[in-house]
Amino acid sequence: MTGGSTTGDDGAKAPSTGVHEKREPWPLWEVFVRSSRGLSHVHAGSLHAPDAEMAVRNARDLYTRRNEGVSLWVVPASAIVSSDPDAKGQFFESSQGKDYRHATYYTKSDGVKHL
Amino acid sequence: MSESNASATRITPGNALRPEDIASSSAKPTAEVAEYALRLGDDSLILAQRLGWWISRAPELEEDVALGNIALDLMGHARSFLTYAGHAWGKTEDDLAYLRREPEFRSAHLFEQPNGDFARTIARQLVVSHYQFELYSRLVESTDATLAAIAAKAVKEVDYHRDHASQWVRRLAQGTEESHNRMISGLTLTWPYVEELFTDDPLIDSLGDAAVLPSTLRKPFDALITALFAEAELQVPAVPGAIGGGRHGCHSEHLGYILAEMQVLAREHPGATW
Repeated sequence: MTGGSTTGDDGAKAPSTGVHEKREPWPLWEVFVRSSRGLSHVHAGSLHAPDAEMAVRNARDLYTRRNEGVSLWVVPASAIVSSDPDAKGQFFESSQGKDYRHATYYTKSDGVKHL
Repeated sequence: MSESNASATRITPGNALRPEDIASSSAKPTAEVAEYALRLGDDSLILAQRLGWWISRAPELEEDVALGNIALDLMGHARSFLTYAGHAWGKTEDDLAYLRREPEFRSAHLFEQPNGDFARTIARQLVVSHYQFELYSRLVESTDATLAAIAAKAVKEVDYHRDHASQWVRRLAQGTEESHNRMISGLTLTWPYVEELFTDDPLIDSLGDAAVLPSTLRKPFDALITALFAEAELQVPAVPGAIGGGRHGCHSEHLGYILAEMQVLAREHPGATW
């Protein structure tokens, strides 16, 4: 025995040409899964796939193995535009303290029933 | 799970047929049905063992998981068929998988063929998944209720295997010159073993409507492969069929090595659990 797996074989050997082009890694995709009782797709994680069709299949294999989902979306990670983490102040802190934007700020008028 | 424990958010494994259900069932196959189940189980068992090799070696991590999933599906089918076959002889699935000798295995030669490169593995997957899909989609009407139930579970899984293999055949055939050449080479190495899958023999004849005549699957198999190859601009390899014999225990040089690796632990440590 020469070591390694006996059920493996010459899989690692390249046939014929021996050309080894440097391969680009597969692009990244973001995966969204809707569970059977869920109303919306929820971000589950990401994966690599050569194209959209294979990305859905890889998502099926990676994120619905344990009966988690009934529907999948995949989106190229490059298509997602995100907010700037350094702009937290201007983006998200402005809404703090503005309690008049919440329904609980307002008192119920007399005579309004069933609210 | 009782209704009172059921939760709106808990993920359950679902309730498809499991090998354990077959193990605890009292359904006992006839000797002929058991022999037939052994063939189907051995096909899947040997291929599952072959495919397991790819884990950590596929082109990308995602493909490791895809091939690993397929191997596990096949292992599940093997467990069901072998468990059922074992009922005829008072043997467990483990007795049959780990303690039989090479001439006692009934798998066809295709299943023990080397993995080769990724394209060769995909070529083998293409043939196996299309063959098994045609087989199981008819076996659901078997007069043997257990075979029909196993097939009903398995057919959905091999349908996915079929899709996986077809997707890759298209991509490899129409990818780079290198992938195209490898796909053709993989198909050429695989095709001699196609014929054995579709060969009838006296056991099948004796089973009547409990089994599916392999020869009846050839036409639908060829139709699907021809359509796929037309789309991928591939030709069916013009190669003669290899000498079969797997159904009668005559195997190629490959099976012994597969069994040595698969069985060593069970034979060195009988009854080991962990």
